Formats: sequence, C-alpha cells, structure tokens
Amino acid sequence: MSQHPPTDFWSKDLVEGRDLSELTTLNLGPTHPATHGIFQNVLTLDGEIILHTEQTIGYIHRAFEKIAERRPFYQITTLTDRMNYCSSPINNMGWHMTVEKLLNIELPQRVQYMRVIVMELARIADHVICNTIIGQDAGATTPFLYVYQWREKIYEVYEEICGARLTTNMGRIGGWERNWSDLAWVKIKAIIKDLPAGLKEFDKMLLRNRIFMDRTIGCGPISGERALRYGFTGPNLRAAGVDYDVRVADPYSSYNEFAFDIPIGTNGDTYDRFTVRQEEMKQSISIIRQALEKLEKLGDKTTIRGDVPEWVLPPKEEVYSAMEPLIWHFKIVMGETDVPVGEVYHCVEGGNGELGFYLVSDGGRAPFRLHLRRPCYIYYQAYPEMIKGGMLSDAILTMSSMNVIAGELDA
Amino acid sequence: MPGFAVKAERDQQVKDRVSAAFGEKITAIEQERDLICIHVKKDTLHDLLRMLRDEHDFHFLTTCCGMHFPGEAQEFGLVYHLHNMRAGHRIRVKCRTTANDLEFQTATDLWPTANWMEREAWDFFGIKFKGHPNLKRILNMEDFPAFPLRKDYPLEDPTRQDKDDRFFGR
Repeated sequence: MSQHPPTDFWSKDLVEGRDLSELTTLNLGPTHPATHGIFQNVLTLDGEIILHTEQTIGYIHRAFEKIAERRPFYQITTLTDRMNYCSSPINNMGWHMTVEKLLNIELPQRVQYMRVIVMELARIADHVICNTIIGQDAGATTPFLYVYQWREKIYEVYEEICGARLTTNMGRIGGWERNWSDLAWVKIKAIIKDLPAGLKEFDKMLLRNRIFMDRTIGCGPISGERALRYGFTGPNLRAAGVDYDVRVADPYSSYNEFAFDIPIGTNGDTYDRFTVRQEEMKQSISIIRQALEKLEKLGDKTTIRGDVPEWVLPPKEEVYSAMEPLIWHFKIVMGETDVPVGEVYHCVEGGNGELGFYLVSDGGRAPFRLHLRRPCYIYYQAYPEMIKGGMLSDAILTMSSMNVIAGELDA
Repeated sequence: MPGFAVKAERDQQVKDRVSAAFGEKITAIEQERDLICIHVKKDTLHDLLRMLRDEHDFHFLTTCCGMHFPGEAQEFGLVYHLHNMRAGHRIRVKCRTTANDLEFQTATDLWPTANWMEREAWDFFGIKFKGHPNLKRILNMEDFPAFPLRKDYPLEDPTRQDKDDRFFGR
C-alpha cells in the first residue's frame, strides 16, 4: 500500500540522495504482457518498492488531429473509432454530436434514445473488459473467460446495427445510416434480461472475495483532490469520491430524461475503481431498460434521422432514379456541404471519462483544427504518483484498473 | 444543469470581474456559442488563469491546446478550457502570440495535469513553456525534425511524388 505523501508526479524526491548502485532500474514495457498495450515505464526500484517512474508514450501515435484537418467531417468518424476501441460507439456518437452542435441540428427523440442505448451498451462492454482484466491481473482468470461473453453479445448487437464489431463507424452526422433490424432489438432485450444475473455471478466471484479484496484495497490510491488536479474524469474520478459525470453535469442526447445513480467510491484505490465500474454497468442496464420503455411509448418505429438531407446519404434506389438525391449523394461523398464558421466544445461521458472534442471550423470542408480531449491521456500522467512507494505487483493492478487504452492515450 | 438565465448571469459576473482586474490586458471577451471566451495578452495569461482558478472556482483544467494561424501577425495561440464543476460552468481562454515569441508561462504550478498538455503543445506546435519541469516531445520521437500540427507541415510524406495534398481536402 502506498504511504507516500503526494508530490507532483515528475518529482524525484525518493531517489534523491540515494546511492544509485543500491537501486534497480527495470523496464516495464514497451511490450509487456501485463500492461495490455504498449506503454513503457522505466521504474527505479529499491527491492520491490517503486521509487520513481519515467513514462514514455506515443508508440501507436497516428496523428488523428492532423489527419482530421484534411478530411471531410463524415470521414473523421472512423478516426474516433480507433481512440478508445473498447467503446468506439461512444466516440462515434460524441463526434456526431459535436458536428451537430456546430450545425445546430436538432434530432428526433427516437434517434436520441437509440443513441443512448448503444452508448450504454458500449459502456457495459468497456467496463466488462476493464473489470475482468483487473481480475485477470490479480490472478483470477475465471471472470475473464466467463464474463467476457457479455462483451461478445454486445459486439453481436453492433454487428446487427452497423456490420462491424470493433471499429464500428456507427451512426451518421444527423442520425443513423439505417434502421435497426428486428434481430438487433431482440439481442438488446436478451442482454438486459440476462446480464443482471451474469453480473451477479461476477460480483460473487470477486466483490467479496477475500483474496481479491486484500489484493486491491489500498492499491494505487489517489485522493479526490489530487485526482481533480490531475484532470481525472469518469470512473477513476468517481472512485476517488467526486460525483462528476458528464451525463448529469452537461446532459446530451436526452440523458436528462433518465433516472440513474452515479456510484462513487471513497479511497480512489483499485478496489473502488472496480466497484464503481461494477455498479455503473448495473445503472447502464437500467438506462437501457428505460430507453426501451420510452421508445415503446413513442410508438415511432421508423424515424432514424433528423431533417438534414445535406448530411445523411439518401437511399440508394433514389440516388439512381431521382435528381435531387443524386446531388445530395454527390455532395456528401465529396464532402462539399457548407458548414458555418465557429468553434464548439462538446463532451460525452466515454468509458474512461470526459471525452471532449474541440472543433474549430473556418467554413471549409474539413475542420480548421480538431483537438481531442482523451481522458486516458490526461489521467495516465498521474500513474507515477499513484504507484510511488508501492510494490511492483501493485503497479500492474493499478494500471489495469485505470483502464489505460493505448489507442486513446496516443491518438 | 443551470438554466440559461443563471448561466448568463455567471458569465456576466466573470466578465465584469476579469475586465475590472486586468483592464486593457484583456483584448476581448466574446460569446462563442455556449461558452464565453476571454482573449488575454500573453504576459497576463498566467495571472488570469490563477485568478479564475482561485477566485472563480474554475478548479478543473479540461484542455489546453496549441493553435496555428499561418499568415496572421499573431501566428500562434493557446486555448484553455476551464471548468467549474460545482457550478457546472465552463469557460474558454485564448492567448495569441507571434512566431518570434513562443514562450508562455507554464500552468503546471496551477494544475499538474497541464504537464502533458503543454508537452503536447511543444511537440506539435513548438510552443515553449517557461518553468515547465520536463519540456520534451511526448507523442513524436525525440529527434523528429518538425512541429507537425503547424499548418505548413504537409500531411503526406513530402518525399513522395505520387501524392499531392491538393487532392486530399483543402
């Protein structure tokens, strides 16, 4: 357990004045099986105690912000997929909403509820991955093998909706590319029916498991105040006791119509991060259930987009037979639709926290500048502080419980 | 979520206090969609950020990113998004500078999280930060020869003959 009083993460206070020949330098990464992604941490150790960490990131940097400056708006969706690829639909929806905010597009309720459903499914998939991997790194392989089936089922829903599983490119600016198939609805309903029992099993395996608790309580803690200063958001911030959730603070996509709780932790350690995610999945199920009820009440089964022909591709048979759809089709594909000059910042609650898009448009076909606020990139810098003074094995668990996703980190 | 009137009132409060405190050092305060944006002169940026953090409770630094406007006198810029979570209030701060004067005061003393954001601005725009504890490239390799998010840096590999930037957008 880390007993170290907080100092800024770049401080070398534990190493200073030490005889370096007594200390060990250990390269954790760049490709280490326990870090689940490409991160390099050069640790300075005294025995097994971590004194200092030097991070290197950027191994899968793909310059999304630069590429986005040369692409029409609709082609940027595919870049957002590849940030947090454990919950790409949230990134897709976040990007669509950013552009819609710039264009002042209002969407029909049905589209909004469908977005809520798919975003909550993505959140569940994201948290399933993170929490089972915490178990895996603590030595409990069973959840990783059994609970993972829920991620598989959610990916099947993605497949039904958009045809892809991981990098989804789901939805379009202004709505959905097509209506969801009946099978998609059946699969969603099956998930919310059966998942609570699955989560209960997961809870039974780990939540009150003595070995797991001993291993994770007090492991990699951070206080709420420090977490805020490091720009933490999402489950990691809530585990530290701060009840900030973008869905409540700045509701988007009609989240203001839903009733749900924001679970918070107290110690900001690995166990709290685990339990917060665990509870969030249950809240997500409740949100999806409410959305299904609302859709039922709406009675509308066909609306899939707002009234924005200049952004959503017309049906193919119309493109081949009528003049106007052909023109729209051409203009959309070539990225020739006019956009207003302006700047917007829009954020959504991603799997890891506030996923922000700062979009500056000069009226051209591509953004003048797009800055992506990736929650991982911002909170991963606190990692050295969280593991300082702790054991090497705790560092591994801390990293998996922070859910650092390389794609989002390096963008 | 505060209602529109409450938000407008808060914005007005910040506007009044900031203009009273810094006078002509604030070059403009404008409404950009849902956020107000304070344009500040470079030498006052740090004082303004400190005041917003300490007196207006903008305790959370959401983003800090570089900007490049080729052809303009004030060629480079920084954009900060600050957030007051208690009041649900966001604000944008912008600061511009010329190409010969690319050193800003670091904000790492106000928010440790500014560390990597500023390293990103250095890495991609070549904007320096005075007092930064570890200002080196972060996402690109250390010996990368350029600042790639500057507008004059071509997206496609400049040594290739078969690809022309004009065919890829702007």
